[in-house]
Amino acid sequence: MSKIGVFTCWCGENIARTVDVDEVAKRVAGFPGVVCSLNYKYMCSDPGQAMVREKIASEKLDGIVVASCSPHMHLKTFRKAAQTAGLNPYLVEMANIREQCSWVHHDKPSATAKAIDIIRLSVAKVRNDVPLRPIQVPVTRRALVIGGGVAGIQAALDIADAGHEVVMVEREPSIGGKMAGLSETFPTLDCSQCILTPRMVEVGQHPRIKLYSYSEVEAVDGFVGNFKIKIRQKARYVDVSKCTGCGDCWSVCPLKKNPSEFDYGMGMRPAIYIPFPQAVPARPVIDKKVCAKLIRNGCGLCEKKCKAGAIDFKDEDRVVEESVGCIVVATGYKLYNIAKEQPKASLAGYGEYGYGKYKDVIDSLQFERLISASGPTGGVFKRPSDGAIPKNVVFISCVGSRDNAKGMPYCSKICCMYTAKHTMLYKHKVHDGQAHVFYMDIRAGGKGYDEFVRRAIEQDGARYYRGRVSKITQENGKLIVRGADTLAGTPVEIEADLVVLASAMRPADGVEELAQKLNIGYDEFGFLMESHPKLRPVETNTGGVFIAGACQAPKDIPEAVAQASAAASKVQVMLAADELTREPEIAAINEQTCAACYTCLHTCPYHAIERAEVRTGRGVFIKNTARVNAGLCMGCGTCVSVCPSKSADLQGFSEQQIYAMVESLV
Amino acid sequence: MNIGYYPGCALHGSSNDYEQSLRACLGLLDVQLQEIKDWICCGATAAHSLNHKLSLALPARNLALAERDGHKQLFAPCPLCSMQLLKVQKAIAGNGARGELAQIVEADLRGDSQVLNLIQVFQNIGLDRLKAAVKIPQKEITAACYYGCLLTRPPDVTHFDDFEQPTSMEAVVAATGAKTVDWNYKTECCGAGMTMANEDTVLDLAHKILSNAAAHGANCIVVACPMCHVNLDMKQEAVNRRYGKKHGKKLGMVVYYLSDLVGLALGISAEQLGIDRHFVTKA
Repeated sequence: MSKIGVFTCWCGENIARTVDVDEVAKRVAGFPGVVCSLNYKYMCSDPGQAMVREKIASEKLDGIVVASCSPHMHLKTFRKAAQTAGLNPYLVEMANIREQCSWVHHDKPSATAKAIDIIRLSVAKVRNDVPLRPIQVPVTRRALVIGGGVAGIQAALDIADAGHEVVMVEREPSIGGKMAGLSETFPTLDCSQCILTPRMVEVGQHPRIKLYSYSEVEAVDGFVGNFKIKIRQKARYVDVSKCTGCGDCWSVCPLKKNPSEFDYGMGMRPAIYIPFPQAVPARPVIDKKVCAKLIRNGCGLCEKKCKAGAIDFKDEDRVVEESVGCIVVATGYKLYNIAKEQPKASLAGYGEYGYGKYKDVIDSLQFERLISASGPTGGVFKRPSDGAIPKNVVFISCVGSRDNAKGMPYCSKICCMYTAKHTMLYKHKVHDGQAHVFYMDIRAGGKGYDEFVRRAIEQDGARYYRGRVSKITQENGKLIVRGADTLAGTPVEIEADLVVLASAMRPADGVEELAQKLNIGYDEFGFLMESHPKLRPVETNTGGVFIAGACQAPKDIPEAVAQASAAASKVQVMLAADELTREPEIAAINEQTCAACYTCLHTCPYHAIERAEVRTGRGVFIKNTARVNAGLCMGCGTCVSVCPSKSADLQGFSEQQIYAMVESLV
Repeated sequence: MNIGYYPGCALHGSSNDYEQSLRACLGLLDVQLQEIKDWICCGATAAHSLNHKLSLALPARNLALAERDGHKQLFAPCPLCSMQLLKVQKAIAGNGARGELAQIVEADLRGDSQVLNLIQVFQNIGLDRLKAAVKIPQKEITAACYYGCLLTRPPDVTHFDDFEQPTSMEAVVAATGAKTVDWNYKTECCGAGMTMANEDTVLDLAHKILSNAAAHGANCIVVACPMCHVNLDMKQEAVNRRYGKKHGKKLGMVVYYLSDLVGLALGISAEQLGIDRHFVTKA
């Protein structure tokens, strides 16, 4: 057999500068099976592709090798060219003589020799290629969105507006996420709730969005196009279908002094509560840790008061199942815990800042609630300890961020901006107050961002000191903030009434467990991994699972929204057809020789191997076997390496091909 | 129990009252200090600002001597000395400086003896044992425990307590029946390095420490460092001369070594502990 064509590319002078392409073409022409060998300046250009097509037809080639750049760049291009010319696209191989040869060498004769060897390998491989067909997988045309913050809301609405059903799972009693608690947003100072709540209402009322609030993803099964999701609906003790949201229950509840999660402990809430007035769904939950009825069968006032009969103290967690085709993860962030004690040994706290010790040392999200018009102080800016209006407020940025000693070397990206915003909001409320900011660098890249920081300094008079704060202590009711102004070269001591720490952004609690359920990667800090940092920013390495928002990395609202829309558009592409096409270069198991030891099943990182039975046409049982689920397999080849009976093999990269390649070299 | 003892320059010189206190107090707790023979200067601040290798070689020799004498534990009452010894241990454990240092000091360097500060010595004795041995509970004492800059720092060398808000000394003080206060200058610098060069700085810092301790209700300061003691005790009169007017009264803050307070609780007299030789002897 074998009529192989080899097409060597110059890539302008990217390859030709260090590799003698004429010599390569000449030598390669003599390889067994090669019937034509050409070189050209830009093989990927139109004339280059035409040359490939023309040769496939005229020489009746049954395999081609394009010796040029990485297959990541142009494999698709040449497969398409081959297909147009009537050649099965999986009979195309690329020899990477650019990234792996010309770019990394400078000695022309040895680089040329290496390029010839690389092509020799590809020729050996293509001779053993077999035609393959893309795999068709049926698609459930619904999507799951995990997380109901601004990113999740955006993604859900985009997908639902495009005509697909969306299942949204939010673990808090209401959607809205962190953004619902913010006061005003940079760089335009528009009220956060005013722009978010209409979107929340839209989610709540959308005919194609099914909202599971106060629920969590329990288990994920299946594969791209066909996921089965188990969702745990936590016991709410309120029947959402009966409840009218009238509020009689929470106004009658006698246990009113519980720190509000939504206010980050700056305000109080009853035992039966809705997190905030615009909550979606506007239905309360009962906090089972404090409710007197649930703890010791006391009280029960809310039940008596409820006209709708919606209170149900016997409520229990329920697990429901949903089928979806794709998943968008938008689980967001939380702030780094500044206190001395840390949940993980790799993190270190800031004992010197006295967070948790001094009531008037707070973090940025707590500040947002204190300054918010809908906050626990009703829009009057009062400090937590004694309710006094603080006249000197110190803001410290990079608390945790960019600090190797605390275990977080990354920049949290949004703190420079919101700290500038905080100084302005403070000045707008307390006209005779003075804001002081300690910073390391001001990172204000973005549309209108640097102008915004300048406004905080020049118009609203915030005093910026470039330097770190070494310690915060308390004397005579004042917080003594000692730091350095490294531009002036002097120590700075400020007697402050309130200190706000811009604490680092960390991924939300439980994201690592979720990532394990979804089989997607996360980095050492727990941020979810995108498939490619530049070219595949919302995809993950598991087909059909996408990420959006701050679960991927620290980001602000505009970025989170943009990423959510990007993820939604990827979902729409996937849900546009009834069937999904996947590349066929995946594992296959020879069921005749498989000994059903299932070593592959245990080692497969994608859970793509299943137990199956071989039966005759009449259904008589013959033997057990392992079988590859074509929807799940990512073609990593782990099963091939562990199979003791050599029954697993990778299509398009078989062991036979690898042996042939090695043999061609030695 | 015998433990190796590295006095450093201070305990044989300006702070020999510290050594007197230690021997009296620890002796009663059955801890005998075995001074390592032929010890040399730890290098202190002078060496490490001039020559990195020298700053490791000087304490390396002392460490080698302790190992030669078979001491599994080496007690250095001065935090700067103990920090220097720990620094060598870190250097030979990590980047393979062991060979070179062993060659310089012409001795084996295993780095396996445990370097202790005063608080750790009491911890090793056991706070329960200490409590049981107390004869005169120090109920009149309300102490501000002062760690100074080096007892807990640098944290990746000392690995001792919380380096910003430590509490280990408070636990020892509490065992004597005394009270402690939460105050702001626990781990601030007293200016020891500037004692000769820039007295203004020292007086300013000492004043802040003394007055903050007083403002938080302490009637004495407890230290575990000879330099802290010198600056807060000996310089207190100068502090009063300069800042007394501001307060309208003198500070009069007794500065105890930690072993003084434990010794008093064990029933040892102030004279035996050398407390009568301090500059400020009563409030």
